[in-house]
Amino acid sequence: MDPRPVGVVVRYIKTLLETDDLLSDLWVEGEVSNYSRSSAGHLYFTLKDTEGQLRCVMWRGRAERLERLPQDGDQIIVHGYVSLYEGSGAVQCYVDAIRPTGLGLLQQQFETLKARLAAEGLFDARRKRPLPAFPRRIGVVTSPTGAAIRDILHVLGRRYPLAEVILAPTPVQGDDAAPQIAAAIMALDEYVGVDVILVGRGGGSLEDLWPFNEERVARAIFACQTPVISGVGHETDFTIADFVADVRAPTPSAAAEMIVPDRAELSARIAQSQARLGRALAGWVTRARERTRHQQGRLARHTPAHLIAQRRQAVDEQAQLAVRSLRRDLALHGERLGGLRGRLLALSPLATLERGYAVVQRLDDGQIVQSIQQVGPGDGLAVRVADGVFGARVVEGET
Amino acid sequence: MTDEQISFEEAFTRLEETVRRLEAGNLSLEESIALFEEGMRLAQVCNARLDEAELRVSQLVADPAGYTLEPFK
Repeated sequence: MDPRPVGVVVRYIKTLLETDDLLSDLWVEGEVSNYSRSSAGHLYFTLKDTEGQLRCVMWRGRAERLERLPQDGDQIIVHGYVSLYEGSGAVQCYVDAIRPTGLGLLQQQFETLKARLAAEGLFDARRKRPLPAFPRRIGVVTSPTGAAIRDILHVLGRRYPLAEVILAPTPVQGDDAAPQIAAAIMALDEYVGVDVILVGRGGGSLEDLWPFNEERVARAIFACQTPVISGVGHETDFTIADFVADVRAPTPSAAAEMIVPDRAELSARIAQSQARLGRALAGWVTRARERTRHQQGRLARHTPAHLIAQRRQAVDEQAQLAVRSLRRDLALHGERLGGLRGRLLALSPLATLERGYAVVQRLDDGQIVQSIQQVGPGDGLAVRVADGVFGARVVEGET
Repeated sequence: MTDEQISFEEAFTRLEETVRRLEAGNLSLEESIALFEEGMRLAQVCNARLDEAELRVSQLVADPAGYTLEPFK
């Protein structure tokens, strides 16, 4: 055992790398990830594929000369040398040039075209037309062989066989596909006349789907007077044609579903309508009966018997009013009488007698004695008190 | 327009309109019965169209004069 310091080992590896012919001058291809740019302006990123990854750095001096900075997901080719950064012990590729791969080029073209057409207004939402609810003639632009047309016809046949389908067969990949797709769209739109056009193909790589990213196809869709629905590739595939079309479907089958109603649903709605017709008519009869009953009720309130009953009631009410009035008067009189009687009783001489006063009369002439001048000693008197009279003789008087 | 000429779309739309008018009310007995009968007739036309339908498919073929339609598959 002869331990060496780490720094020594690391320096050894670095030297090995830097003196290797291949590693000191090479091109590497891969996908960009973990891209970042330091405040000093140096670029750091990782190049990867399914089997490995390599850290890369590009100094500011070189990076400033790039037309376009790399982005995560870009497929690129870099040139440089591989060495080891002693500070971290990490193997790194020191990059002095970056080129896009064929795929990377296509990606860039896609972005550029998309931006340009968007700016021209080809993707404008306000321009999009609605799909017809019950299309009679359906135009389809796709390959006459392959899964797409089979799936489309299967869906249309199941859901809405009332429609007529007109296929404008075209190649859907390769260099000569785009002009033929554009021509097919125009032929259906101007020459044949259909209610809706379905443009699409099955899944594939970016290169396979490329015709649907071409400007010619985009402009043909944009110029089309008939509404266009796109169904290209799989769920995650978005092509320029998808952005220009009036409606985008994720697949050709989905597009077929979106352009026609379902026969079974229509049958159900028809049956529902028939039921509603029956109920509405039955409802009419019920309402008519009620109206008649209501009118009968109103009539009943105006028969002679009814009128007499009303009059009778009025008379009754009047009689009751009269009786009540009479009773009130009687009560009032009664009270007045009572009051007068009371006053009379208070003024009556009998009351005075009951309090103990007497009425005195001379026996001989019956004069009522009010003064002592009227009597002398020995005179006979009659004394009346409350309950009777008794005799009396004057004894003496005094003033 | 006879029943044979009327399109499915037209028959279907008119059927739903007839239902709405009948449900709205304010009609005489004669009018109600007439609407009911027309609605049922339209429903029959719709169902007949749906039941008898078979998907017709043709393809565009370029020829020197322009395009023609030929049956497909």
